[in-house]
Amino acid sequence: MIDKTSLGLLENPGILCYHEESVSLLEKAGAKATATREGEHDAWWVSIPEKVVRQALETVPAKITLGARNPENRVILEAEGNRVHFGSGSETNYWLEVKPETFVSREDGHERIIPVMKRNRGNLDYLCRSAHLSEQLENLDFFIRNVNVQDDDITTENKDVNVFFAALNNITKPVISGVADFDQLEKVVNMAEIIAGGREELIKNPVVSFITSVVKSPLQIVAETAEKLIAIARLGLPVVISTSPQGGSTAPIDEMGMVAQVNAEALAGITINQLANPGAPVIYGAVPVRARMDDLHDMYGVPEFCHYNMDCAQMARYYKVPCYSTAGVGDARVPGIQAAVEKMYTYTAVPFAAPGLVHYAFGLLDKTQTFSPEQAVLDNHKIGMAKFLHRESGVNEEAAERTLKTVQEVMHSPYRMYARHARGMLRRGEIFGGFPFEGDSEDQDQTLLNVHEHLKELEARDKQYLPEEICKKIFDTTPGLLPRLNPYK
Amino acid sequence: MSKELIGKIVDNVLQGRRNKDDEGIEEGMAGEPGVAELVQDAIDSGIDTDEILLNGLSRGMEMVGQKYETGEYFIPDMLTAAEAVEEGMKVMEPHLVKGEDGSGKGKVIMATVEKDLHDIGKNLVSIMLKGAGFTVVDLGIDVPAARIAEAAEEEKANLVGLSALLNTTMSNMGDVVKELEKKGLRDKVKVLIGGAPTSEDFAQEIGADSYGKDAFAAIREAEKLLK
Repeated sequence: MIDKTSLGLLENPGILCYHEESVSLLEKAGAKATATREGEHDAWWVSIPEKVVRQALETVPAKITLGARNPENRVILEAEGNRVHFGSGSETNYWLEVKPETFVSREDGHERIIPVMKRNRGNLDYLCRSAHLSEQLENLDFFIRNVNVQDDDITTENKDVNVFFAALNNITKPVISGVADFDQLEKVVNMAEIIAGGREELIKNPVVSFITSVVKSPLQIVAETAEKLIAIARLGLPVVISTSPQGGSTAPIDEMGMVAQVNAEALAGITINQLANPGAPVIYGAVPVRARMDDLHDMYGVPEFCHYNMDCAQMARYYKVPCYSTAGVGDARVPGIQAAVEKMYTYTAVPFAAPGLVHYAFGLLDKTQTFSPEQAVLDNHKIGMAKFLHRESGVNEEAAERTLKTVQEVMHSPYRMYARHARGMLRRGEIFGGFPFEGDSEDQDQTLLNVHEHLKELEARDKQYLPEEICKKIFDTTPGLLPRLNPYK
Repeated sequence: MSKELIGKIVDNVLQGRRNKDDEGIEEGMAGEPGVAELVQDAIDSGIDTDEILLNGLSRGMEMVGQKYETGEYFIPDMLTAAEAVEEGMKVMEPHLVKGEDGSGKGKVIMATVEKDLHDIGKNLVSIMLKGAGFTVVDLGIDVPAARIAEAAEEEKANLVGLSALLNTTMSNMGDVVKELEKKGLRDKVKVLIGGAPTSEDFAQEIGADSYGKDAFAAIREAEKLLK
């Protein structure tokens, strides 16, 4: 039903496309385009018939590898697989610093250490720290940069090369990212080729994959992003078609309406990608959110968010296209009970639909405005719980046989206790470890203080920088890279 | 040879292996001699029982305790290690020096008091007491106060360990203290209590000698009381 409705939308009203080459590709495939004018821009109403979309879907690879500096960290995405990978994102404007301070109670005169928080503007140093931290978090499977850099020496012309380098130099897991300026794409790809060891090696082990927000909801194709999408498709590198409508403003708020529209938008992006280069690796990326009714901001920790995202993941599976989904964003401004409730809720629900990638999962607060490294450490634990929850069931024939043997043995033992049995599971890592940041105070939640201490240990770990000769080659061939990012200088 | 054998006993206590059929913490150990077989070998080789007890079984258990303190070991590791020590003690028993009663650090009567059917805590303490070198006579659950006092007398026990999980049954612990007094045993038999609703204050209130807030505290208190 969703499929039929989405295809109906692509035919009528169709998409409003601002990119001439995309229109041309769609027309050649059988779509009908009508020129129009939207403000100062040329645009086309494009009616895409079902067969055009179906043909495009036929050429999408069902299995995609997201490469990594360390090949052991590669992520293999299978459209019909059940493995869910969690990653970071998005580019937040603020980094939340936590500083423990001692206060004296006016009531009882007791001293207490309270975490005090301060929001700082994002910068390159924070981005490097977040990539290094992401390397340490065992449940983080891929990295999308989560800090928007606002340094004085960062410009439109040098931003992309610097943020890509900052990420790639600090993490050996797959890096997925958007490119802000189309003119910088070639430089970024060149950098990735140097790291991978050449063009062919990069195709085999794409250490970078891309995100293009090609759709502006509702149903509009943006010119500059479409250009990037087509270029990346022709390079043969993985790309996420990311569309993020807001239920209640840029999309219907009800489940059916939202999912039909966001699905149509994702299909439009995938179709353009495949028309540009049939068989290019493409990922169905849907980031549908709901609007708050009091201020129309995005809202992530609500049931509708789960409905939207789970439906989209199921649609991607239906089309046999690997999926990129979302969970773990806190609407809360700071770490605490609200953030824990909102995050745990979506970490638990969304993976039921088995999207291959779940982004926005680490450290995001205040919708996607703030990144908190302490929160990322906490989220790492929550995601560990979600991964454990969604593991393959332990109920099977082999376990049944083992159970008979164990119970028979224990019932004939002196104290009839299963400690020995539990120990075996404990040592094999089959028992979940519990909450690692538990405090021992009887009148204060010490979680954040304990996480803060743990974060310091993680941040003090060795950096996994690129080898010196690779860094040198990148710096020699990439104009605009800031020398302060070079760890060997 | 002696050193090597004692070292193996320590290792197998750490692995929690009662005998050759057990797996250890590390996989693939089944089939190798466990604590029971190693203790028998040690005795057959003429190694002094004190040496086996102190440098083998007790040393192993001490190391298990240290590993627990540092977070490397968990409760199931402690329990399986204590079980392995118990198996070793069974092998040792007939060979202990004549004249010794073989009760090691002391004899303890363990029981869950009358009308209370909970035994996890009591079993945990019993197993760990054995592992720590005490002799334990476990009377089980729902045991009347008079029966506990009677057993303390018969067994010439040094300590009575009482467990209760319910606040409706904890008062029966006081009855045990009274029964021991009636029999004139109170100056010879110490009383240690534990269980979720109990506390240090409650122990004082009923005239018990000590309170263990958990199994480890109970072992420490038992050692202090029978020093």
